[in-house]
Amino acid sequence: MLQHVRPAVVMMALFTLVLGLGYPLAMTGVAGLVFPYQAGGSLVRDASGQVIGSALLAQGFAKPEYLHPRPSAAGNGYDATASGGSNLGPMDQHLIDRVKGDAATLRKDAGGLPIPADAVTTSGSGLDPDVTPENAHMQALRIANARGVSAAQIDSLVDQMTTPAVLGFIGEPRVNVLALNRVLDQRFPVAHPQAH
Amino acid sequence: MTFQGWAEIALTIGLAVGLAWPLGIYMARVWQGESTWLDPVLRPIESIFYGLSGVDRNKGQGWLTYTFSFLAFSAAAFFILYALLRFQNLLPLNPQGFAGMSPDLAFNTAISFVTNTNWQSYSGESAASYLSQMAGFTVQNFASAAAGIAIAAALARAFAANRGESVGNFWVDLTRITLYVLLPVSIVGGLVLAALGVPQTLSHYIDAHTIEGAKQTIALGPVASQEIIKQFGTNGGGFFNANSAHPFENPTPLTNMIAMVAMNVLGFACVVAFGRVAGARREARALVIAMTVLLAGAASAIYWAETQPTPALVAAHVVTTPNMEGKEVRFGAAASAVFTAMTTGASCGAVNAMHESYTPIGGGMAMFLIQLAEILPGGVGSGLYGMMVMALIAVFVAGLMVGRTPEYLGKKIEAREMKLCMLASLILTASILGFAAVAIVLPLAMKTVSASGVHGLSEVLYAYTSATGNNGSAFAGLTAANPFWDTTMGIAMWLGRFGYAVPVMAIAGGIVAKPKLAPTAGTLPTHGGLFVGLVIGVILILGGLQYFPAQALGPIVEHFQMLQLTAAH
Repeated sequence: MLQHVRPAVVMMALFTLVLGLGYPLAMTGVAGLVFPYQAGGSLVRDASGQVIGSALLAQGFAKPEYLHPRPSAAGNGYDATASGGSNLGPMDQHLIDRVKGDAATLRKDAGGLPIPADAVTTSGSGLDPDVTPENAHMQALRIANARGVSAAQIDSLVDQMTTPAVLGFIGEPRVNVLALNRVLDQRFPVAHPQAH
Repeated sequence: MTFQGWAEIALTIGLAVGLAWPLGIYMARVWQGESTWLDPVLRPIESIFYGLSGVDRNKGQGWLTYTFSFLAFSAAAFFILYALLRFQNLLPLNPQGFAGMSPDLAFNTAISFVTNTNWQSYSGESAASYLSQMAGFTVQNFASAAAGIAIAAALARAFAANRGESVGNFWVDLTRITLYVLLPVSIVGGLVLAALGVPQTLSHYIDAHTIEGAKQTIALGPVASQEIIKQFGTNGGGFFNANSAHPFENPTPLTNMIAMVAMNVLGFACVVAFGRVAGARREARALVIAMTVLLAGAASAIYWAETQPTPALVAAHVVTTPNMEGKEVRFGAAASAVFTAMTTGASCGAVNAMHESYTPIGGGMAMFLIQLAEILPGGVGSGLYGMMVMALIAVFVAGLMVGRTPEYLGKKIEAREMKLCMLASLILTASILGFAAVAIVLPLAMKTVSASGVHGLSEVLYAYTSATGNNGSAFAGLTAANPFWDTTMGIAMWLGRFGYAVPVMAIAGGIVAKPKLAPTAGTLPTHGGLFVGLVIGVILILGGLQYFPAQALGPIVEHFQMLQLTAAH
């Protein structure tokens, strides 16, 4: 057995150097040079350069004039240091109660449109940056009312900003919530200064 | 279920199998020490490895020596990783200042990564320093994968030999598989992932001030370099807690496709390489077909299950499908279902949706795929040798039925081989069912099970299934970060890896010494449709007999409960 100790220890040490330091550090260097935006976390900044979030991560939106992301089970909601799902089983009474409550709230502003499944379910990461186009359209009436524009204008913006499935079948069509909300603020600014 | 969904499932499995052919042919060259186009760069590095560790690359090892080398390497890996995790607070590259892991957590995590399981009792973004992720987990993602493939290579040589003795040299296999196969595919794939949005940075976490005025701390890290080998090496341990559901690990449908293909392609490629080295290309093709049929069937079943109405959606009178709890919008039901089938078929354990929130049939199928012994196509290397065990059993059973001498690839299959095959299979069953049975009667253990009723049983069963199968995915409601679970699951992972690999090496040792017989009229053909059917039958019958009673008390009962509840609303 002793004859195996030297290669075992030396190989582990070499692996640690080559694969544990050399490889990830080289990758960090190359990716940082070639794709600095992606490698840095696709951070979104406002006009002053302040980071307002990541294009890839959901953040909380609760005001009526914004498109709302899916409910989140990450930490206390949209916590990007505590990703995760609800891990509630399909029969779990907590899940059934939560979905019923959320659906009742959404139904008030939905203008009779059906409520899609993604609007009342938490994602696997709790940071799902997208909603389905159906979910966005379902919220259009509320957003339009809050911004003093017509629902048709919001609907057409949603259509414009829908990312289709790759080649029509890889993945699902989706709307990035943060991107849409930034465009909403540019195109249809909220008429009256908000009380906050 | 949509046409697009079926098309995505078919394309994904097709790509994984199709790309395995060129990769398998290349891997066979690496196993056999032949020259490759990477030689000018890698030969000198390879020589340094052998020189420093005192390995004679031309010296073959018998099966026992090979096995001891494998065990010694795994032990060294375990102790180094354990120390790294315990003392990460004292080491550099810890920008968030995480504490060292507790003894039981470090024990569990170190075994988990050394056995290619990557069960995670910790949450990456709040417990593991960048150094632990890079020098600890990323290294083991390479090393444990290469060690698994090495055993597959040894088994292939055993079948190729005629009254031989050596099954190869473990250190040479380990080095060559890492440098020539795993590292190049990871560099290319990792850069593609980074281009598509996976972070790769040593920056500390960033505080964002959101549009509505809240503060959001964004966890970052060298993700892409670890993500890619996590899939190629069928390791599955996420950089972040949410694993491949996290948008930083898996930001788009394309990265998802890459992840799925990566976690199956080397498993299939091992079978292709086996066929070339053992001179059994048609037989290898038959095994690939058997794997693919079962994998596609399982993916279809999960896709069906996840597009059925669930009680919560029905009760709330919203659109009742798909079951989006725990799933991401960009993937939807189809890409989540096929990901689940491929990750549990492959002992990978990465998840892009939360299995605990799947329908009973969807989650039960994921568990069943692991219970079939991780051979569809299985972990890199371990899938091949698991499938060999099934093929040997199939040959033996067929031999008994028709009265022919069981032979596989020109080697007589005798009592010793069968005993070892049975030993390997039964170790898995004993670990899964034994530990689960103990846990469900211990209040200490059940305290941290989140679900009640039959779903709680599924949670426990899934945990030991995942640990023993070296898969690492979870019904994540279970909080396993406490001494009972950390310790028992650590033992289960250890049994699943070494309790299986050592009997397989013993089989290789017997096979290598046997004469290679020419096929005669009395030899059962092992490349045709009949044999494919036999292997599929053996896999399903073995898995069914061993686990149906437990599945019936968990997912199957829950399925009928769910139908009843859905109808009641």
